[in-house]
Amino acid sequence: MALKGILEDKDRIFTNLYGFHDWGLEGAKQRGAWNSTKDILSFGRDWIITNVKNSGLRGRGGAGFSTGLKWSFMPKEVKDRPHYLVVNADESEPGTCKDREIMRHDPHLLIEGCLIASFAMQAHAAYIYLRGEYVHERERLEAAVKQAYEAKLIGKDNIHGWDFDVFVHHGGGAYICGEETALLESLEGKKGQPRLKPPFPAGAGLYGCPTTVNNVESIAVVGTILRRGAEWFTSFGAPNNAGTKLFCISGHVERPCNVEEAMSIPFRKLIDDHCGGIRGGWGNLKAVIPGGSSVPMITAEQCEDLPMDFDSLRALGSGLGTAAVIVMDKSTDVIKAIARLSYFYKHESCGQCTPCREGTGWMWRVMERMVKGDADPKEIDTLLEVTKQVEGHTICALGDAAAWPIQGLIRHFRHEIEDRITLYRSTKSNFAGHSIAAE
Amino acid sequence: MSVRRLSAVQPESFAFKPETLEKVNWWIKKYPESRRQSAVIPALWLVQKQEGWVSEPAITAVAKLLNMPQIRVYEVATFYTMFMLEPVGSAALIQVCGTTPCQLRGSEALMKVCKDKIGPKDTLSADGKFYWQEVECLGACTNAPMAMINDYYYEDLTPENLTQIIDDFAAGKEPKPGPYNGRHTSEPLGGATSLLEASLYDGSAAKPVKIPNAPEAEVKA
Repeated sequence: MALKGILEDKDRIFTNLYGFHDWGLEGAKQRGAWNSTKDILSFGRDWIITNVKNSGLRGRGGAGFSTGLKWSFMPKEVKDRPHYLVVNADESEPGTCKDREIMRHDPHLLIEGCLIASFAMQAHAAYIYLRGEYVHERERLEAAVKQAYEAKLIGKDNIHGWDFDVFVHHGGGAYICGEETALLESLEGKKGQPRLKPPFPAGAGLYGCPTTVNNVESIAVVGTILRRGAEWFTSFGAPNNAGTKLFCISGHVERPCNVEEAMSIPFRKLIDDHCGGIRGGWGNLKAVIPGGSSVPMITAEQCEDLPMDFDSLRALGSGLGTAAVIVMDKSTDVIKAIARLSYFYKHESCGQCTPCREGTGWMWRVMERMVKGDADPKEIDTLLEVTKQVEGHTICALGDAAAWPIQGLIRHFRHEIEDRITLYRSTKSNFAGHSIAAE
Repeated sequence: MSVRRLSAVQPESFAFKPETLEKVNWWIKKYPESRRQSAVIPALWLVQKQEGWVSEPAITAVAKLLNMPQIRVYEVATFYTMFMLEPVGSAALIQVCGTTPCQLRGSEALMKVCKDKIGPKDTLSADGKFYWQEVECLGACTNAPMAMINDYYYEDLTPENLTQIIDDFAAGKEPKPGPYNGRHTSEPLGGATSLLEASLYDGSAAKPVKIPNAPEAEVKA
């Protein structure tokens, strides 16, 4: 069979992505998990951090910050406060459903990664914070953790010589808890409202102790990267965008799916090879949200020859985010699609900062009017201006995330909003408060 | 943000069942002794598993158990939308994902089924068996449209098979969670396009490996 995509099976990290094989310890070991983990630890903390840095691994949770560099921010010596690793498994970014597959089908790669990362940062405990709705995933992960304890891979006096506990924790259905400091607040048993930074978690995180928060995928790939070498990982993707990546393709493709691919795979190849193409053919593509709901949409024209990586998408004023690709074909009402996201952000704002608490509701209400066309053309600019006032004026990035989809919509589909308004007006004989004559 | 209030009608009292209490204590042990508060979300969730929803007396009981001021538990119960603050259906709590990826693939038709069969959203059905909601992204977007029913995900739904699922719950059955269009999990429908190489699964990956880039001293030893 001809190779689909550009990544060969021998170079895939998540070999049980679809759960066709045994998720348990025996199956995971057969596929290479826990292989030579003790050797890796024997090379020491600095070696691990250096090699993770050299691999060019950028955080898979959306921001794309160097994972190795993040680890190096932890204090070099453990003083009076213990160190913690916290794994962010609160996967809630609309479009994203990759960590779920890791936790229910390849949980041992995650647990092994936790041990390696915690050893490198001198943490004796890791908390994995799952979103509350992932009940099945949590049951599976708890079972895998139990297996790892029983096999003495983790726990007190384990075979790796680094006392280490893994605790699975869960949330209560709040998107904001995917923000690292909100997650820590939630893990401490409070409302998930983000903290001001500084202090950064590496200085004062969970229970005021030095803490690093990493995404599930960032941690789960570490064991394989170190086993196969940093150079192996950097051999995929454009420079500065190294590695393999789980893509979640949803929306109007023939066959939506999750798939692990090489970074920088051209968008069209990704869709054509793994998803059977755009519904109705390539010519039927209208717009794509390439990295989860928070990033601005791009148009079909921009998707020709587009490498799917951090830097290429940033150059288009969008982002790779979590690599959650939401595809919209020509039948899509893009205004309505973005209005639904505005509702999402309004619903999920934690209410702490005024620009976000009030702004998300305001933007959603205006967007709902735009969907109908019941607006004044001048309001498009007012809406755009309000998004700029919310953006960058809040403690966390939820305000930005609520603003960007609307900015992307206006950037590319302003004409559709204007047409909608014209159409709406053509059905009405007059408009209270508007001067028809001047138009 | 979503504004949530406790139900106007509250029960007289709440008591942990022994098995619930045992599970809560198991959670408490996961955190340092002085940090019992960390267990508040799992504790409230277990309360909801026991009672179906979170009542004011239950909030008081959780606060007492975790040595927390009652207002802090109240804050958590009203902040996190997974906590149901009024009684829900005895047969099924249906939470249909309505966010854009599911909307693009037909969640509105699913919600129409719920409305027709059960009644208005966020309201207990007349027979007390069902309660349905539109919720925000549940993180199963490649299996859209989908719904969470009680604790598990029902994916790749159509109005027809959601209708059947609701009928099954009404008849006291427990329909199987997972995708409803014939696929295993989130592989492309009709067969995976990757992970087909047999050598991935023959145990060759478990053979001893020499770690690349090993430090000099280790190589000599």
